[in-house]
Amino acid sequence: MKRNPSSITHHASRITHHSPLGSFLRAVTAIAWKDLAAELRSRELLSAMLVFALLVILIFNFALELDFKTRSTVTAGVLWVTFAFAGTLGLNRSMAIEKDRGCLDGLLLAPVDRSVIYFGKAISNLVFMFIVEAIVLPVYSVLYNTNLFNLGLIGVILLGSVGYVAVGTLLASMAVQARTRDVLLPILLFPVVLPVLVAAVKASNGLLQGLEMAEIMPWLNLLIVYDVIFIAIAFMVFDYVVEE
Amino acid sequence: MERQPLILQILNILSAVLLAIAACLVFFYAPLELVMGNVQKIFYFHVANAWVGMLGFVAAAVAGIAYLRTHDMKWDILEMAAVEISLVFFLIAIVTGSIWAYPAWGTWWTWDPRLTTAAILEMIYLAYLLLRQGIEDPERRARFGAVYTLIGGLSVPLTFLSIRLFRTIHPALIGTASSAAQGGFDMSAPMKLTFFFSLFTFSLIFVVLLWHRIRLGRLAEKVEQLKLNVMQ
Repeated sequence: MKRNPSSITHHASRITHHSPLGSFLRAVTAIAWKDLAAELRSRELLSAMLVFALLVILIFNFALELDFKTRSTVTAGVLWVTFAFAGTLGLNRSMAIEKDRGCLDGLLLAPVDRSVIYFGKAISNLVFMFIVEAIVLPVYSVLYNTNLFNLGLIGVILLGSVGYVAVGTLLASMAVQARTRDVLLPILLFPVVLPVLVAAVKASNGLLQGLEMAEIMPWLNLLIVYDVIFIAIAFMVFDYVVEE
Repeated sequence: MERQPLILQILNILSAVLLAIAACLVFFYAPLELVMGNVQKIFYFHVANAWVGMLGFVAAAVAGIAYLRTHDMKWDILEMAAVEISLVFFLIAIVTGSIWAYPAWGTWWTWDPRLTTAAILEMIYLAYLLLRQGIEDPERRARFGAVYTLIGGLSVPLTFLSIRLFRTIHPALIGTASSAAQGGFDMSAPMKLTFFFSLFTFSLIFVVLLWHRIRLGRLAEKVEQLKLNVMQ
């Protein structure tokens, strides 16, 4: 009986490794889970992001005189600037930890595709960002007596954070390998993440002001296009960023 | 150091002559624009500068992709050359644009898509230079530079689009009904000739500068190599 040898080995590999997608996803969750577990114990990254975010809001209060009239027009801008600033803090820290203690080399030795590391880190960064946003939103609502519990706004924040973290994780892994790393990330990140910030601010503002969906849709489309393009591009080029 | 090749020497002189002719055309041949008068003449060099900036921007992104595919240092040198030239020419375009905008729009600067995108491009180039400065290993520097030009090359069109969703007042060259009101105008035949002549001249200058910068890049690479040899 004639059998194709490759089908045998393929079958054997299926038994030990399950499906390729399944093992990819398990590796991604393992990396993300490692970050979340470490954060759960130390809480140093989240607490820094949170305190910083609250301080930014406090500063905006005095810088812009957030009285009732200004508030209605600038709330979206204040929120996104806060998220962006707190986000760089988290991104930088999360990559610096990997680099400083030689963890990145360990991760690179793992017999998995390099993009697994990217997606794992991006997911844990995204979770940190969501946690900060989930705390900042109600605090802002209470402090400024503005109702921010709007399903559309939450959707915009999800989409915007995904784009921000997709590029941010990639650039942070470059920035930590440079000599000037502490100052480099925001300089690299802000000019290329501008479309996300513009679209997110405009869409959030539209939703808070109760504009019609037809006026908000172009911004949402832009956010989705940006997310898709940059997740794909980061997936393709991450190999070059961590290559040794 | 090796001597400049003959073609490059010829091109050096040719580009200087063409630039002089272009300036003469702008000042003496091109007719005075009816509404804006003399200040309109800056348009010929302004658009040509912005065009060269765009050429450099595209060349840098293409060189970045080529580097990531081949890992050949010559692409890195081309990318660096294109970025530096583009940085300078966009700056000139922004300054000449401001000189024109003050009498035409009554303000030095507005947050129009083209202006904002040009400013963002300058920021991306500066970030690119800072990134390269912070990395010693030439091979890693080349990889990171290529990745960053690629990301910049993708995000800049989206930036343009995102700001375009606001209203624009920058004149579009191919006249729409409202462009005249924003400072647009129809070009007569002598104007067109002057315009395309400047465009050609500046494209040539771009090539010449790129060539010189690539030679400089090769030299710098050699020096870096020698330095490494001495240290070992």
